[in-house]
Amino acid sequence: MFLTEEKIKELEIKANDIRTSIIEMLLEAGSGHTAGPLGMADIFTLFYFHVLKHDPKNPEWEERDRLVLSNGHICPVLYATMARAGYLSLEELKTLRKFGTRLQGHPHREYMPWLENSSGPLGSGLSQAVGMAIADRIDGKDKDRFIYCFMSDGEHNEGNTWEGAMLASKNKLRNLIVVVDRNNIQIDGFTENVMPLEPLADKWRAFNFHVIEVGGHDFKALNEAVGEAQAIYEKPTVIIAHTIPGKGVHEFERDYRWHGYDPNVKTTKEDYNMALKELRTLGGKIKSEY
Amino acid sequence: MLNPNLKLNPKIFNEDVEQVPIRKGFGQGLLIAGEINKNVVALCADLTESTMMNFFKEKFPERFVEVGVAEQNLVTVASGMAAMGKIPFCSSYAMFSPGRNWEQIRTTIAYNDRPVKIVGSHAGISVGPDGGTHQALEDIALMRVLPNMDVFSPCDSIEAKKMTLVLAKTKRPAYLRLAREKTPVITTEETPFTLGKAEIYWMPDVGLVQVGIIVTGGLMHRALLAAKELEMEGIKTKVLNLSSIKPIDKDAIISLAKETKRIVTVEEHQVAGGMGSAVAEILAQNYPAPIEFIGVQDKFGQSGTPDELVEHYGMGKDSIKKAVKKVLIRKI
Repeated sequence: MFLTEEKIKELEIKANDIRTSIIEMLLEAGSGHTAGPLGMADIFTLFYFHVLKHDPKNPEWEERDRLVLSNGHICPVLYATMARAGYLSLEELKTLRKFGTRLQGHPHREYMPWLENSSGPLGSGLSQAVGMAIADRIDGKDKDRFIYCFMSDGEHNEGNTWEGAMLASKNKLRNLIVVVDRNNIQIDGFTENVMPLEPLADKWRAFNFHVIEVGGHDFKALNEAVGEAQAIYEKPTVIIAHTIPGKGVHEFERDYRWHGYDPNVKTTKEDYNMALKELRTLGGKIKSEY
Repeated sequence: MLNPNLKLNPKIFNEDVEQVPIRKGFGQGLLIAGEINKNVVALCADLTESTMMNFFKEKFPERFVEVGVAEQNLVTVASGMAAMGKIPFCSSYAMFSPGRNWEQIRTTIAYNDRPVKIVGSHAGISVGPDGGTHQALEDIALMRVLPNMDVFSPCDSIEAKKMTLVLAKTKRPAYLRLAREKTPVITTEETPFTLGKAEIYWMPDVGLVQVGIIVTGGLMHRALLAAKELEMEGIKTKVLNLSSIKPIDKDAIISLAKETKRIVTVEEHQVAGGMGSAVAEILAQNYPAPIEFIGVQDKFGQSGTPDELVEHYGMGKDSIKKAVKKVLIRKI
């Protein structure tokens, strides 16, 4: 679906709002992952406000697209986006990771039944999405909707990921679209130092996926990549989205230490307040242009 | 005598008692379940015939998913299919599923509360010549510790068939434990079966019962032979078929313990964490009674014939008799 310049501006504002919510949530929670959620904010925004067939007022709508989040640890971006889309209140975001919350540290559908899956342990989301895509094919619904899987680059270390990829290509699952958050960081450092993934695109091609590489913060390019993926008929598609971890907050960008809580990094309220200030300034700038 | 109300196989004690692998009952049940409900699907990890999924595969090829030798994928794909309304049965050898893919089962099936049925065939020591790598002796423990997960271990092929049919209707995750070897047929099609209910298979004709024997899975025949011989030696027992390990029939266990004061548990599994442990947990809280545990005592298996191995690891008829006699002289 075509993106107008006006719509792109609208998405930029949304993404900035979502980033602000993420920082506010993490500040309130006192723990959690920073870099991944910020880096994926643009992609979540595009999907929830442009790509996905869904209805926040009727979350269990049978005909909705399915979005499986494999790397559950980036859930602050999922919660913040869903709140901005109307699934839950902005107020509830402040309960992240607190006792009794629906917003568990890693997403859990027992507390939030309209999540497609509970996740956290890495490497299992792709296979669940594959199972959904196969089920839709059995039911003849594979032309009616798409099964999307968002996954991290780090979880390519997991064997389960490649098992899922093999089955997806065996079954030529055209209704499966995988989005890889290629942000090059994982807990122990840069992915290419921890366990090299490159040539990543070639690996997916060798597993018989249609591969698209795209910048993860360019709404127009991302949207075109999704359009291309939806048009590919003969095989599943993976969109390798090159994202900047910590995107939107200059201090956090490209620094793997912001992947998660790190005791060696002095995470102070000042850091988060600085981040909020930066995001709000940026938000004001986009809005004035808009 | 055999419980006359249960219409058990009258030929149980004959030399020529019919023997059928427990896994075959699963294969037959799955085929029927597939005919009844189009949402029943089957997944296998390169062991379709061994786990008797071939009946289903031949009849419903479009509802059968071959994932190759990839047990982590087996259960995670099944979880995804269940999310779309399917009732997936996924089979492999118990040693690989749930042996290899436990965390995937925990997160994507139990924690996600998806109605996937995990079918572990070739469980227990009686896998025989394949040796210790293939003899799952820990699977009951692995599965019964998971919240949301039900655990079943049928005593023969007919019970396995009935269980499969009932599991196809339940909305809960479940583990179904099967054995490879031909096993004497204990029940009949007419034997009543209710999921979660334990039944007394053997009882004395007259007189007070001295020991309760609680059995799960394929060792039932040996337990019944032991009970019969013990009766001829003047020791009266009751034998309880505890094929549903979770949910567990607490009332049946407590009432048996109240009646007999002494218990022997029998299973082809490590004593630690298995069915006997589940019984002990209940009795320790509700009606403490001396228990002797028949099972593997913290050891791995090895190659051999099923009979040799069952005897060697102390799970044969004579071991059961010995345990009954031992528990009889323990102080209450």
